[in-house]
Amino acid sequence: MHELSIATAVIDEVTKHVAGAGGGRVIAVTLRIGRLATVEEGSLRFGFAIASAGTDLAGARLEIIDVPVRIWCPQCLAERALPSLQRFACPECGQPSGDIRAGRELDLESIEWEPFAPQSPHPESPRPELHTPRAFS
Amino acid sequence: MSQPRILEVRTKILKANDETARAMRRRFVEAGVLVVNVVSSPGSGKTALLEETLTRLKARGVAVAAIVGDLETDNDARRLARSGAPVRQIETHGLCHLEAAMVEERLAGWDLAAIDILFVENVGNLVCPTSWDLGEDLRVALVSVTEGEDKPLKYPGLFNTSDLAVITKLDLAAAVEFDRATALANIDRVRPGMAVLEVATKTGAGIDTWIDTLLAKLDALRSGR
Repeated sequence: MHELSIATAVIDEVTKHVAGAGGGRVIAVTLRIGRLATVEEGSLRFGFAIASAGTDLAGARLEIIDVPVRIWCPQCLAERALPSLQRFACPECGQPSGDIRAGRELDLESIEWEPFAPQSPHPESPRPELHTPRAFS
Repeated sequence: MSQPRILEVRTKILKANDETARAMRRRFVEAGVLVVNVVSSPGSGKTALLEETLTRLKARGVAVAAIVGDLETDNDARRLARSGAPVRQIETHGLCHLEAAMVEERLAGWDLAAIDILFVENVGNLVCPTSWDLGEDLRVALVSVTEGEDKPLKYPGLFNTSDLAVITKLDLAAAVEFDRATALANIDRVRPGMAVLEVATKTGAGIDTWIDTLLAKLDALRSGR
């Protein structure tokens, strides 16, 4: 299941970018995945959920833009979307073509994140007790 | 609460791997090493073909070396080492593919300038290795006659990232009623115009053409073509 490796790479890249912007919690990550990239979406989501636990990406939404394969048809002089990966030929005229113009994507598109809440002067001090004993009772 | 922010990144997910692979490719080109990444399913004859290839190339005075990826065991590395070529093993311990950094690590201590052709035998798998560039010049997809004629239709991703398809175990074709015309047509369907070689390591059929193809690639690399 190489999707776990891909999920880990996503997390590493996102962490780098968010840290570079000041650091924060990641809300959503958008990927563009081509149909020829041999990634199984369910496995990727599963891998992402596991690998992001305990990181700033934990619980982040994974949005996946599915990119169909497009070839250049030298006969029609046009780009065509392939209806099937089992036949690399123009769906209009039947001309075979291996000139792939889209569908190999394995891209990190965008990151939605929010900076961590401003820290109190003593970030390590315990939160105030909800039920502090009152002075007068 | 602060407002959510959007970072438009538009980068490759495997950017870190791609960068390592690019740096290695530069080193290989500078040292004049042809790197061949061999991908196939388990049991398709990768190791047998490579053992024969290393032996033959060595006999012709070509300096060869190999890095072998496997989930566990160094059996394949020991088989390849019988050729007398330097061989190193990568045990991935469950990982279904090789990544550029693993290969880079195994290069340590090797004088690349003394190597003509370096073979990287990937982990047996037709899906996972496709996305990881290892800095190779030539990616070869091996498919044996025993696997059936429709492998290309099931794994168009592999055939579309490979430069050359090699059909192996041709000597078993009759026994498994291999339909050669259909197999070739299927490769052409998913990768029109793809170069295909057919070999039988056991009998030696097609091996000379395979060796000549490698040597032609080595020449091309060194003359900058």
